[in-house]
Order: sequence, then C-alpha cells, then structure tokens
Amino acid sequence: MSSALNTRANLEKPDDFYEALIEMHRDLDVEASQLANARLILLLANHIGRHDVLLEALDLARAEVSPAKPSRASD
Amino acid sequence: MREFEYRRSGDQDRSGPAHHSVVVIGAGPVGLSVAIDLAGRGIDTVLLDDDHSLSTGSRAICFAQRTLEIFDRLGCGAKMVEKGVSWSVGRVYLRDELVYSFDLLAEGGHRRPAFINLQQYYVEEYLFERARECAALEVRWSNRLIGITQRSAGVEIEIDTPEGPYRLACDYLVCADGSKSTARRLLGLEARGHTFRDRFLIADVRMKAPFPAERWFWFDPPFHPKQSALLHRQPDDVWRIDFQLGWDADPVVERAPERVIPRVRAMLGPEVEFELEWVSVYTFSCTRMERFTYDRVFFAGDAAHGVSPFGARGANGGVQDAENLAWKLAWVLKGHAGAALLLSYDTERIAATDENILNSTRSTDFITPKSPVSRTFRDATLSLARHHEFARTLVNSGRLSRPAHYVDSALNTPDETGFAGPMVPGAPCVDAPLATTAGPGWLLEHLGRGFVLLVAADPTREDLLQGALDLLGRTEPDIEVLLVRPLGAGEQGESAGVRVVEDSAGLIGSRYDLNPGTAYLIRPDQHVCARWRMLFAPAVSKAHARARALEETM
Repeated sequence: MSSALNTRANLEKPDDFYEALIEMHRDLDVEASQLANARLILLLANHIGRHDVLLEALDLARAEVSPAKPSRASD
Repeated sequence: MREFEYRRSGDQDRSGPAHHSVVVIGAGPVGLSVAIDLAGRGIDTVLLDDDHSLSTGSRAICFAQRTLEIFDRLGCGAKMVEKGVSWSVGRVYLRDELVYSFDLLAEGGHRRPAFINLQQYYVEEYLFERARECAALEVRWSNRLIGITQRSAGVEIEIDTPEGPYRLACDYLVCADGSKSTARRLLGLEARGHTFRDRFLIADVRMKAPFPAERWFWFDPPFHPKQSALLHRQPDDVWRIDFQLGWDADPVVERAPERVIPRVRAMLGPEVEFELEWVSVYTFSCTRMERFTYDRVFFAGDAAHGVSPFGARGANGGVQDAENLAWKLAWVLKGHAGAALLLSYDTERIAATDENILNSTRSTDFITPKSPVSRTFRDATLSLARHHEFARTLVNSGRLSRPAHYVDSALNTPDETGFAGPMVPGAPCVDAPLATTAGPGWLLEHLGRGFVLLVAADPTREDLLQGALDLLGRTEPDIEVLLVRPLGAGEQGESAGVRVVEDSAGLIGSRYDLNPGTAYLIRPDQHVCARWRMLFAPAVSKAHARARALEETM
C-alpha cells in the first residue's frame, strides 16, 4: 500500500527545528503548553490540507500510544 | 394560545371500527404536514391529537428554505414567509470580538429565503388552517391513542376521548407524536442515543431592540463568561436567547424569573426594557429509532429521532420525513407502486437522520467539549479564528439544516453520462425563476403533483424530441412533461399535454447543467431520480418503474 504521508527525512534543519519546538514552550505552564500545541497542530494541519495525509498521521501518532489503564467509570 | 373543541365523530357511534386509509397521530408540524400532503393526494386521512391546543412557547423557530418549499407545495408557504423573519446571515463572536460570519444564501434566484424564524405555534396554526381546507382530511382533538394492533391487512387502534374510548381501522398508521411518543411506547420500541452533559436556558423575550435579523452566537461573552450564548429574532418583537449553563446548573432554580432576568439584562444592557414570554431549561440528546417502519406503522419527526437544536435540524428534518412518506403511502394505496416503495422511507430517512445527528453531534461537541483535550482544541480553534481564515471554517456554532440528498437510494437510476453541479439523482430540486404565458413564476411550482419529466428543448432536433415525447405520452401517461425553452425562445404555453416554460433567467440551465435534449425525471417529492443527456422513452419507463419499486430485476 502506498503511503500518502511522507515519513522519510524531510526537515530542512532537524536540530534547529527541534530546538525551536521546545523553545516555543518556554515559560508556559502545562495548560498553556497544551494550548500552544493545539494551535500548532491546527496550523500545520491546514497547511497540509490533504485529508488522507492527515488521517494517516493521526493513525500513526496514536499507533504506539496505549490508552491509560482502565479507570473507574466516570459517566 | 389557540384552543380547539373536542367534537364527537360519527365513527364513535359505530358498532365496529370505522376504516380510513391513513391515521396520523400528533398534530405538530410533522403530523400536520404528512396529513395535508396525503389529503392533497386524495387519500382519506384522519389526524388525531391527544391535546386540544397548538403548541405553547416558541419551541422550534428556524424553518429552512427546503421546509418552506414543502410548505409551498402544501399550500401555506406564503403565509409563513409573510409572517416570519427572513434571515441568512450568522455571526460568531469570541468574547466581544467577531471571529466568523456566514451568509447561507449567497446567490439569488430562489423564491424562498435561506431561513425564516417563526414561532412553532404560528407554523402549526397556518398548517392547521390549511388542513381545515382539505376535504379528505379530518382533524380530531382530544383523541388520545391508547392501543395499537397490527394485522396483516391493516392496523387497528384504540382511542380515548372525553366521551370514552372507540376504535379505528386503517391501512397505515403514521406516528408523529413527538419525542415522548405514545405510539413508540405502545409498540415496545425505543429511540436510542446519548444525552449531552450540559444544560441550556432558552428564554423568549419580548422587546423593542435595534439588533438586525441575524443569528448571533457568542463563545465566552463578557455578559456570560466561560459559556456560550445565542440571540435570534422572531416575529412580534420576540427574541430567542439561549444561555449555556453547564451540567451542574439546577434546572428548577435556573427557570425562575429572578434568575433569568439578570442574565438577560446583562446581555442586553440596563436600558433595554423586555418581558419574558417563555422560559425553558433543556438537556440535549441525539437519538433515533432502529427503524422508522414497522410493517404498517411509520414513525416520523421527533418520535423517530432527536437532535440537539444547534443547526435547526429537528423540525426541518421532521417535515422532510413527512414529505418523503406522504407520496409513497399515496402511490402504494392507489396501486401505482410496489409495496417495497414504503421500505425506501426507512432507508432514505435513516440516512438523512444520521446526517442530521452527525452534524448536530459535531456542533454540540464543539459548544460543549466532552474532555479536557477537546476543550483545548476548541479554545485553540477560537483563538486562531480571530486572525486566521482557515480556523473560521472549524468554528462550529451549529451547521444549519440542509435538505438530504438520497444519493444511495435504490429508487435512483445512476447517471450514464457526465453531469456537472449538485442535481445528482437523489438531490432535492433547486428552485429557479421561469416564465409562462401567465407571467413569471418558479420552477418548483411546476414540480410535485406527480412524476415530472423536465426536458430542455432542442431546437435543432425538434422532431426527434417530439417523437420521444409522443411515445412517452402513450407508454407513461402519468408522467407530466415540462419542456424548458432557453431564454428568449418565447412560445410558452401548453401543447399536447406538454407544459412549456421559458428559462427566463438562464438559471434552470446552469443549476441543472442542461444541454439541448437533457431530461430529468423528478419524483413527487421534488427529488431527482434519473437524468439523461438524450431522451429515450424506454429508459424513462424503466427509471419510473424503479422509482416506484416496480422493477422486476434490479
């Protein structure tokens, strides 16, 4: 199956980008960081635009993340 | 509040149950619509309601263009539009800043506006006035359904009245008796779904105010922090105001005027004088029955499905149920269609309901985020929307009702050749201006009595077209033909059973992607069921049979 999402190395300046990403969160508390991350995801998603690419990225992002251990039912 | 007297019916004096073709339960907008539609198609119909008045409070207020077009066909659209407040613009505010606005009717050439706001009690009153003019329809107030027995040849029901119970027999029973449907309970059926953990205060206030007839929606407004609010104009200087309250709000306390008045005053400012007309505290659910058709019993409107109000998909969806069902019952009762046609009510309207529930659930998830991360993305979207256009497309304060396109319906004949535009098989016909010998008019006025074949005139091959139409007139006498001549071709009128109209603004041509000779077969509910680039009478016969579930081999 051909993949729409590019997972080969594509960043112009990987180390610089990574540093800038961490730097974006400087002085932010957890809540503010989450808001900044959400804004970043939305901005990048719009730039990508293609629905199939985005769905593939969502799948891949979730793939190796396990749900929390079952907690007491809240609702 | 308009009240009606209970009147004894002759049916109550008979020893055995009297028979009517169709009995409809519930005289709300949906029950009245289906009953008027059936009676207009010549079906002997009785409409029963357990109450003796029209609805109290405004309840449903937004009626969509498609609903108005259905009311036009039923004969009471003009009255609704005259009384209603027409609108098409919505604005969404974050705190006190405008972040997004939309216009639902960016193009002209439609008889009806994108939406009107009109209190449900007016809609019911105008429908009821129309119902009283229908010779084939009888409305009986204070007639409460208490029993349903399905038999192979029909349905028998038991009804309680102030003078005691009586029985009726009918071929088909239509249940439009609302979200707490008695009929559903009597048959042991349920509407399943989920309830949103939030509460909303709905206040209708009467005031003289200078706000325009637009839908204004706020996230986190200064007058009602951390929650949402909505302001919308209705006729008679009545305004609908919604306040989101959150799940922990006490519905009894919040309904009290001493709680409501300060909230409204905070929104409108201290100088605006107003009085409360109607107040209610709601929790929203999205629900639907597994099926809408149970042998000879049909469910429609809120009895069949429930949606949250953001998007105005409750009453509008219900009136579309009514029009989908009415012609099918009429065609089967008259022997013009196969009994399987009635099953298509289920498939078509369940697909439409799922679309309404999907849209309404998405809106409610945006307005009432269910998890911390959902709230974070909602807030991120709103914060981006102020400066970035793309984020405005994600802001969801309600995706407003659009008519269903029955694209997967078994009644459709798939296209064989390419067409552009939205008029695919299954789509509801879009209106457009036209001219007849009687003067200017609208396309939809010519659609909806029976099946209609809309044909674009072909001056270069008039003989060929005439030959096909002649053949069709002999093999399919029930299909009305509407010949559309291009702008300036003149010569309207009627010839040999063919109605001729002029595409006076060129909009029929562009909206239906017409070429000379293009033909559309249109159902009695104004939905496209087949189309061709060249008219071939046997293909029309085949599509006509298919749309009536008469086809032997599918």
